[in-house]
Amino acid sequence: MILIDQHTKQIMEGCKVRAFDAGLRFGNETLEYIVTNSDLIELSPKHMIPTLYDYWLQDIQVLRGKGEYDIYPNNPFETVINTRPAISFYNDNNPDWLNVMIFYHVLAHIDFFQNNKFFSKTWDYDFKEKALTEKRIVARLRSQHGREVDYVIEFARGIDNLIGYFSDLDNTEDYQLLNLPSKVDYYFNTFLQAEKTVSMKFFLEEVEKYNSISANSPEEKDEIFFSKIVKKHPEFDAFYKKGKFVMASKNKPDLLQFIMRESKVLNEENNMWKQSIIEIVRDTSLYFSPQIRTKTMNEGWASYWHEKLFMLDDRIKGHEIAFARINAKVTSINHIGLNPYAIGWRLFMQIKEMADQEKYSYAYNKIMDIEDRKKFDNGSNLGNDFIFHVRENYCDSTFLNRFIDQDFVDKYKLMVVGQRINTVKNVKEYYVKSRKASEYKKMMMESLYHPPFIKFEKDENGALKLYHLFEGKELYRDYIKNTLIGLEYLWGNEVILETTEIDWEEIKKQKSEKLEPKYQKVLYRVKNKKVTKQKLT
Amino acid sequence: MSEITKSKSGISNENANIEKIIEDQISPQDYFLNNEKGFLGLYDYNDQDFLIGFTTNAFHANRVYDLDRLLEKDKIREKDGYPRKIKLGRLVKPAKDGKDKTIIVPTTAEEKFYHWASDQNIGEGSPTGGSGDGEEGEVVGEESLRPEGDGEGEGGGQGQGAEHGMGADAYDVGRILTEQFELPNIEEKGKKTSLTKYAYNLSDKNRGHGQILDKKSTLKRVVKTNLALGTIKENEEIDASKIIITPNDHVYRILSRERAYESQAMVFFIRDYSGSMHGKPTEVVVTQHIYINSWLVFQYKRQVQSRFIVHDTEAHEVPDFYTYYNKNVAGGTEIASAYKLVNEIVEKDNLAKDYNIYIFHGTDGDDWDANGEKSLLELRKMLTYTSRVGITVAENSYSGSHNTAVEKYLKNSKLLETEAKKLHFDSFIASEADEQRIIESIKVLIS
Repeated sequence: MILIDQHTKQIMEGCKVRAFDAGLRFGNETLEYIVTNSDLIELSPKHMIPTLYDYWLQDIQVLRGKGEYDIYPNNPFETVINTRPAISFYNDNNPDWLNVMIFYHVLAHIDFFQNNKFFSKTWDYDFKEKALTEKRIVARLRSQHGREVDYVIEFARGIDNLIGYFSDLDNTEDYQLLNLPSKVDYYFNTFLQAEKTVSMKFFLEEVEKYNSISANSPEEKDEIFFSKIVKKHPEFDAFYKKGKFVMASKNKPDLLQFIMRESKVLNEENNMWKQSIIEIVRDTSLYFSPQIRTKTMNEGWASYWHEKLFMLDDRIKGHEIAFARINAKVTSINHIGLNPYAIGWRLFMQIKEMADQEKYSYAYNKIMDIEDRKKFDNGSNLGNDFIFHVRENYCDSTFLNRFIDQDFVDKYKLMVVGQRINTVKNVKEYYVKSRKASEYKKMMMESLYHPPFIKFEKDENGALKLYHLFEGKELYRDYIKNTLIGLEYLWGNEVILETTEIDWEEIKKQKSEKLEPKYQKVLYRVKNKKVTKQKLT
Repeated sequence: MSEITKSKSGISNENANIEKIIEDQISPQDYFLNNEKGFLGLYDYNDQDFLIGFTTNAFHANRVYDLDRLLEKDKIREKDGYPRKIKLGRLVKPAKDGKDKTIIVPTTAEEKFYHWASDQNIGEGSPTGGSGDGEEGEVVGEESLRPEGDGEGEGGGQGQGAEHGMGADAYDVGRILTEQFELPNIEEKGKKTSLTKYAYNLSDKNRGHGQILDKKSTLKRVVKTNLALGTIKENEEIDASKIIITPNDHVYRILSRERAYESQAMVFFIRDYSGSMHGKPTEVVVTQHIYINSWLVFQYKRQVQSRFIVHDTEAHEVPDFYTYYNKNVAGGTEIASAYKLVNEIVEKDNLAKDYNIYIFHGTDGDDWDANGEKSLLELRKMLTYTSRVGITVAENSYSGSHNTAVEKYLKNSKLLETEAKKLHFDSFIASEADEQRIIESIKVLIS
């Protein structure tokens, strides 16, 4: 892994100037490294972050990667990681014109990382440095606790997709606090009863006191009442603050956080070190969360700009045909299948065009006549501003949901492709299932990253109860057992999962040609590493 | 100590050997090449890490992606009461000419709660996107449900990959199988000088320099020299002060390269490629034979010769695993033909003397010789010289469980009891067999 040479760096700097003029915004410092394919294989289990903590399963993935490379040798063009400064990796044998194209692509990615709001939590620090510190922490803990560190990593990673990414992104903590109990409610309901466990008599006396103050001076009742309380319990304010924080985080759908807070074993003194590992795993997962949720947009955005800026670049005239070949490979739309580069790129082009003509407007939307719609153009030319607004404020789900419309689907002849088995010909057929924008959008939404939604609570016996909200897809059964065993390890007590599964036995009973799916609620329990399953009636 | 926290925090401490296991973990190799020890050693430091806080391939070069170490970790994991993590994965690269490339790699999965469209087998598969012309409902593409054969039918899978799997990777695969599934080690027989393997030991002697001084020989030489010099005379008292020792008299043991002696194995793989083997039975049999071959390659430190025989009503020897793997299904079934061929080869090449002979036969249990008269005759002959005959019946789901001709006549012949040590048999329904079941079956065949 070496830095690119001066000549190539100069090309990069030239690209930066031009990209900046076009409106892209990114930190001026970047690092570009030449890597071998073998480096890339070794980096990929670490999501390309060279400083990510070590974990033995990554080594197995490297061995697998090497095998894969044997049958699928490939030269990736580039990889860029969201660090400060941003780092990108390249092959060493690209011609200059190709580097120009790749650099524009990379710069657009960096612009996206640094301006899209879903990445806002990654803006304030350099992940590679943080990861390096964490890597050292993990190494040190390993020296003290041996292989148990790997179990904690493994089991924490087992639920690292059930973290509250969106709620973590939400900075308006105050909004959540608004819904929390007032000081008075907290004092009577929690402080006296749970924290101080006072006698019923005392409790009633306090209520009486409060009521009398309230009757005499309804305006300042809280102030008067709590001035006395604080004298008696100077710790009250601190408790209230902490209590509010705990309750605020209770509202977050973050299973890892919940376990760290509520697990009995993890809060034992000699197990506190496990919390730091879980925190590391959680932070890492949070860091990667925006990336997977903006895949289509990010690639579309980078493809949009590499094409645009390459064609405008005055340094490399004469390579348009070679460029067109490579560009087409990247951005050609699949006959069957989904290519995020292709869809994202075309959507950004479409959005710019529509916004240039001011078609995202009420005036346009109320027109029903197809010819009038085609002719509509207010000539505002605000498309460029609008796509920058989109790159700042959207993620894949909102992006696709908002901008896929019938015009888009028609223009690129998009379709939903269904699959069915033709038993006569003994083939699997792909057929045009629909050309409706709504169906296409639905299909796109179905293909987006979407971890299961699982609610959780601690039951009266101290067991962790998980409720999987069934959204038409069951949990992958082969993985349930080990994930539960891992959860039990972290929780230190029984873990129960309620979920819904396809009932094959019921389906087998069906006589008709066309089978209807049947679902059944089931309960998984894990206790002492033994997992059992029962049907719920 | 960390052991104490371990037992408290739920890792199984039923195993009294926990001390031992922890001991086992630290090998000299680990000490140098693995920062698992927790503190940083000499080789864990490098400029990139500590000067600019950036890890480079210099660091990666120091890491050894050592399968042994990973397998060892996996073993300890099982002792702690958690399921194994390392699995065998098969990677297939489909090719248009039908010569798919297959390799076997160690693989693993990070288990999480994931969504899975389980109902894709009911009715339709999940839809995807596309673009192009065509009315709604029109078919825009199709994919054959069975791989194309060369005309006669089809084989178990395609590819040089099989060849590949049998070569460089077979040893690693065997190692995983042995470790992971605790397949038994085999007994030695007919050691023979290896042509490729050497052992290094201190068997040679050298005068002047070497590794260890051979005192007895040195003394002899000293006496000889001094006899010649006349400082020692016959029938006279020896005056030690007059004895001269030249550097040339020092006799040393020196490290030398010797041809190693190794056990050798000859393995016959027999595959039924009759028409009824189409599909899953073939896949199961071929997969099983890949694994068995890999395991033997590992056990015999690559000193394995494999021969491949396919049969329908006639048996043919094919030159390599590639052909064996890819041979297309053909006509009816006569198992005796294959057994007979093996017996002929063994007799002709006089193999029984020098080799451990293993014979593995995979079939769907169908045999036109329904009472097995011919087959049993050949099988009895076979049992006189082999170390093991392993027969797998990968049943078709329609034939009903444990109801095949082969299974019936084997049971009736009582050979399974009288020759229990040599003849092992397993049967299962092919369509229900996953990797675990196939390996279970291997255990039955070779344990």
